[in-house]
Amino acid sequence: MRSDLTNDILRLTGEHVVLVGSAMLLAILLGVPLGILLSRRPAVRRWLLGTASVVQTIPSLALFGFLIPVPFIGGIGKRTVIVALVLYALLPILRNTFVGIASVDAAVCESAVAMGMTDSQLLRQVQLPLAARTIMSGIRVATVTTIGTATIAAAIGGGGLGVFIFRGVNSVDTVQILAGAIPSALLALLADGGLGWIERKLSAA
Amino acid sequence: MSLVEFRNVSFEIAGKRILADLSLTVDPGETLVLLGRSGSGKSTALKLANGMLFPTGGHVLIDGKSTRDWDPIRLKRRIGYVIQDVGLFPHFTVAQNVGLVPKLDGWTDPDIDRRVDQLLEKVGMPTAEFRARYPRQLSGGQRQRVGVARALAADPPILLFDEPFGALDPVTRLELQRQFLDLQREMNKASIFVTHDVREALRLGTRIVLLAHGTVDTTADPGDFQRAQSEEARAFLACM
Repeated sequence: MRSDLTNDILRLTGEHVVLVGSAMLLAILLGVPLGILLSRRPAVRRWLLGTASVVQTIPSLALFGFLIPVPFIGGIGKRTVIVALVLYALLPILRNTFVGIASVDAAVCESAVAMGMTDSQLLRQVQLPLAARTIMSGIRVATVTTIGTATIAAAIGGGGLGVFIFRGVNSVDTVQILAGAIPSALLALLADGGLGWIERKLSAA
Repeated sequence: MSLVEFRNVSFEIAGKRILADLSLTVDPGETLVLLGRSGSGKSTALKLANGMLFPTGGHVLIDGKSTRDWDPIRLKRRIGYVIQDVGLFPHFTVAQNVGLVPKLDGWTDPDIDRRVDQLLEKVGMPTAEFRARYPRQLSGGQRQRVGVARALAADPPILLFDEPFGALDPVTRLELQRQFLDLQREMNKASIFVTHDVREALRLGTRIVLLAHGTVDTTADPGDFQRAQSEEARAFLACM
């Protein structure tokens, strides 16, 4: 019995990590370039940041519900969960990318331009390295939140540690709830510590 | 043909006139000082010279060619630029900062190293001591020396200075002004130097253009400038 529970914990923790990992990878691949775009195109800034903020205000269970009937990205299962998690993780990442770039000292950018750097040289050699810490902190915050939010995935058949929690809530079984909640909390702490360490390693300017 | 020529240049932004009908020329070995109050349009004139801004009327000619016809990147790499806030890259060492433009221009690493050493010596920063430091480990005066070395790195024929010594203490400022004069004598650049400090203008300029409300109030060499009679010139000379 005990070893069954241990096996379940390991399996569902693995599922959870895969869910969060894939969602974060996609959110970073989408969020960082969008954040760069924001720093280059003031015209899209308002509506893109606005849209991302609005998405974040939708309760997560409701967002999962909304996504179920959507063709291609919706339905029951992991894919829908990942789409929803990406939507949530996007705002902190793209906002921090934009803020990190925008807060690079204006004199530094001005002298880079005056010395004849192209826009892509300015971005790669100056703005991104100097914004790296802020971007990383957005990724950290998004990851920690996503680990928590991903427990709701079980509600639409996405698996992960939420399976324990939903099962425990339905059968009023504290052990089951804790079997989901404790590993999830540990994962969040681990992610926070690990990503925080990387963040501090990035050169502070 | 002058290296830098402003031909009836005017500049407006959002309907507001910043510069009107500015004409001037700068030749090698000359230091043209643009003197004026804050908001007189002098920094704007500098940004027009290296194509960070374009005139809304008239032409800015560099080597006889309008800044509009230059490739914007090539134009900027032909012109050294020093600003008050220096704008050194905080994540680059002193050597990387100074070697930036040669690197962008595709010099080899040994060539860049040699050039960096030579320039650091030239601006009075012993290379063994300072090469590997980061800008935050330097004093304000040292940072500005590195800023000057960086502007000189690719040996541009034209140099622009936007109140470069404005934030320094008076003793350091005087040291850097003396060094500027030495370098200018030695290197024969065409320089435009923006300041609101009339003593600095008289000390460094071979010609002084006093700007007021975006137009030229007085043009004179330093000797004549001290006898200039316009109201604005007398207001500046009263600061001595």
